[in-house]
Amino acid sequence: MTKKSLSQRFRFKRELLDALQMRRIIRRMAGELIERQDEIERMLLVGIRTRGLPLAERLRDEIASMEDVELPLGALDITFYRDDLSTIGPQPVVKRTSLPVSIDDRVVVLCDDVLFTGRTVRAALNELADYGRPQAVRLAVLVDRGRRELPIQADVVGATVRTTSSELIEVGFTGLDSRDVVNLLSVKPESNLEEAAREAGEEEEGE
Amino acid sequence: MASGVKQGSGMKQGGGMRQGGGMRHIVRGGRVVDPSQGIDARLDLLIEDGRVARLAEHLDSIPGVEETDASGLVVTPGLIDIHVHLREPGFEYKETVESGLRSAAAGGFTAVACMANTQPVNDHRAITELILNQARLHPYARVYPIGAVSKGLAGQELAEIGDMVKAGVVAISDDGLPVMNAALMRRALLYAQHYEVPVIQHAEDLDLTGDGVMHEGEWSTRLGLPGIPGVAEDVMVARDLLLSADTAGRYHVAHLSTGRSLAMVREAKRRGVAATCEVSPHHLLLTDQEVATSGFSTAMKMKPPLRDRSDVEALIAGLQDGTVDAIASDHAPHHPDEKDVQFSVAPFGILGLETTVSLCLDRLVGGGILELSRLVHLLSTGPASVLGLPGGSLAPGEVADITLLDLEREVTVNADAFGSMSRNTPFDGWQLRGAAVGTLLDGQPVLDG
Amino acid sequence: MSEPAIPEVTWTRKDLVGIADLSVEEIELILDTADSFQEVSQRSIKKVPTLRGKTVLNLFFEPSTRTRSSFELAEKRLSADALNFSGSGSALSKGESLIDTARNLEAMAPDLVIIRHQHPGVPHMLAQRLESGVINAGDGAHEHPTQALLDAFTIRQHKGRLAGLAVTIVGDIEHSRVVRSNIHLLVKMGAQVTVAGPRTMMPAAVEKLGVRVSYDLDEALTDADVVMMLRVQLERHGQSLFPSTREYFQLFGLTQARLAQAKDDAIVMHPGPMNRGVEISSAVADGKTSVILEQVANGVAVRMAVLYLLSLAQQGDG
Repeated sequence: MTKKSLSQRFRFKRELLDALQMRRIIRRMAGELIERQDEIERMLLVGIRTRGLPLAERLRDEIASMEDVELPLGALDITFYRDDLSTIGPQPVVKRTSLPVSIDDRVVVLCDDVLFTGRTVRAALNELADYGRPQAVRLAVLVDRGRRELPIQADVVGATVRTTSSELIEVGFTGLDSRDVVNLLSVKPESNLEEAAREAGEEEEGE
Repeated sequence: MASGVKQGSGMKQGGGMRQGGGMRHIVRGGRVVDPSQGIDARLDLLIEDGRVARLAEHLDSIPGVEETDASGLVVTPGLIDIHVHLREPGFEYKETVESGLRSAAAGGFTAVACMANTQPVNDHRAITELILNQARLHPYARVYPIGAVSKGLAGQELAEIGDMVKAGVVAISDDGLPVMNAALMRRALLYAQHYEVPVIQHAEDLDLTGDGVMHEGEWSTRLGLPGIPGVAEDVMVARDLLLSADTAGRYHVAHLSTGRSLAMVREAKRRGVAATCEVSPHHLLLTDQEVATSGFSTAMKMKPPLRDRSDVEALIAGLQDGTVDAIASDHAPHHPDEKDVQFSVAPFGILGLETTVSLCLDRLVGGGILELSRLVHLLSTGPASVLGLPGGSLAPGEVADITLLDLEREVTVNADAFGSMSRNTPFDGWQLRGAAVGTLLDGQPVLDG
Repeated sequence: MSEPAIPEVTWTRKDLVGIADLSVEEIELILDTADSFQEVSQRSIKKVPTLRGKTVLNLFFEPSTRTRSSFELAEKRLSADALNFSGSGSALSKGESLIDTARNLEAMAPDLVIIRHQHPGVPHMLAQRLESGVINAGDGAHEHPTQALLDAFTIRQHKGRLAGLAVTIVGDIEHSRVVRSNIHLLVKMGAQVTVAGPRTMMPAAVEKLGVRVSYDLDEALTDADVVMMLRVQLERHGQSLFPSTREYFQLFGLTQARLAQAKDDAIVMHPGPMNRGVEISSAVADGKTSVILEQVANGVAVRMAVLYLLSLAQQGDG
């Protein structure tokens, strides 16, 4: 069974960021990380699968070009730690979590494309705890769309967007998707909201 | 054989016979199909004193004589199932003589022959008489008991065959179990000739069966269930045909299920060996694959097991060419609690009395495999001849046991509505065209079987 | 644009009773999912909260050390609550009918039931009657789906694929549930399967399952990529299917010399427990081509994947 195309469920509302804007924002985010001078040498970038990973890669590359330092990069698949096993629908095969170095005493920068309810980050924190004891965990997100359900805030935010519960942020990364873009979508009136959100799990990593 | 003079008195009337004395009855307007006389025509039938008196294109009504309106129906000599298990005495929670006879009447049978594997075993006249007494109390159909070959079905010593025949036994068999010992089988074939009864064999070499629970073949391999090879039946039939030829004893193969056994019987008959055989409807309509497609349903478990397609085709050819003498259901009731267990431990056996006629009408006649008159032969004339029973014919002077068939009636098999006390049928829910709609015994309609 | 690149397969089955009715996609999904779970087994904290609050009943009517501990470990690593019933010492051995056992289980409302039973079809029977998901941990000589999956997982790790491989399975083919599940799986995935063993241990019409039958070990081993040896059931010896273990070893025992017929990079597998010197020589069992211990390790990951997918399906359907 393949999942229904997003376009069947959601209506395109408007483009929030184009490729150029995205690149500038990510560069600024990289700069903010560099400013944390006392942390940078212990930093470990960890992208939350799926679209937190390309964000983490971009941040690594930007930091490398600015500072001539290659931060280690890991990937986290938080599927096993979700608290919504009962509500998620079809999803791609679970992928491996891979952390290239021990996280003990590191400053882990969790990277994700969109921050929404906070549940993905909660799951990611739980998973990190099973890998060791970092000195600190920071959170970097490309878009903060608000509407939190848990007391979680990002340390580095690309853009903040006010959204309603019937809206959805769609992030594209070249390599994974056709181009770099951030779009605002809204649920088609005839679609079931809850179902639609579940279908969209891929885009917002289950939040 | 069928006309052989029997010893003793009151023989071969069967339990359940009642007094038709002086009574007359007319069955009017039906299509009479009587293979014993080669009749297939619209005829009225006059019965006097429980016997067929006249067949004519038109009979005038006689004041005071009751009539059965058979217009639109087929009138046949009463159907006889020569292989049933009535379970009484000993297993009354599965079936009783009463429930078994209700089941027989509901299924269109006017007579059944019941196997000896009761508890105690029908290996002496007291049990034979008990069965016949019960039958007399519940006259829905006649009962012809079959006595055991060996005492207690133990396969060691011959049972009191002569005494049982005098009490009413029409054949001997250890059915449920084979007579494994060749010497005992030989003695049985010799001794039974004194009383002119056939020896019915449940042909199965138990050593070859081992712990088998279904036919050995592709499907037993797929399901990982121990198989019962076809050759387990074949070696027994081969042995027995040699013994039958050697002794001139009358030999009958119960529920024959393999192509090779059938070919051996065909060949033996050609040589003049006194051998006959029966097949069961489930062996004609189902294959071993059903065990898989039904998801290990214990309603697919019986002995012999459902065989493969080539065996089914061979049996059908045997029906058509006359090698097969009778269709018999091997009606084997088991309590739902006994069958509602895993396949490997469930008892062997399924019901048949209330499904046989509709299955045969729909699948064999409706399916173009058999002519109606050939089917009536296999369900009435043939079985009567195998066991030398009265009936099987509507010729004047014959006992007026009659079955009425409606070839157009659409029925859905519903085990919950069976007259039998048990429910173990693989055919539940089958939609079939054609059914028995009534029976007459001694010329009197049997009320609500 | 954000459409996932990977084709999605959804696990919708409540139960895993056999390989026979699985699709190629479902088999691949289990194997791919197992890959992620293998990573969990390599962490220092080998536990994830995925099945927290779920109850899994391990119902073993037949003695089993390996399969049962593998399932138990998988359950524990997924944070499920595991409850064990085994054949002896419980109601299971006290003549209670299977149906009554099933009703009792139903009343306990477990989320998943792992069942091992000596009679084929018992998992099907439970699956039909229980709302819980049922996983077949071996039913008679019928199926042992998780064993076949872990075997496939192990083969894939070494060979990178299943399609096109020559797999030779040797031993008591007739009485082996491992063989049946493996045949179904390997044939579906496009491997060329040869079964070899004594004629008295070869089930009827086995070629209809899509395999080649050989009665000559040397011939059967020629150019094999994978050699799977089966346990010879000594306890079945009462049936006298072969005259002696000594003679069996001469005919069908795997030795280094015989293994030379297979490809140079062939791997040797065994579902365990092994009879050294009966079906396999110690030199082969402990040799560098043997992946027998990897099979055991992979079993946990594969069973975690199955437990996870069944829970997912169960929840998804409400």
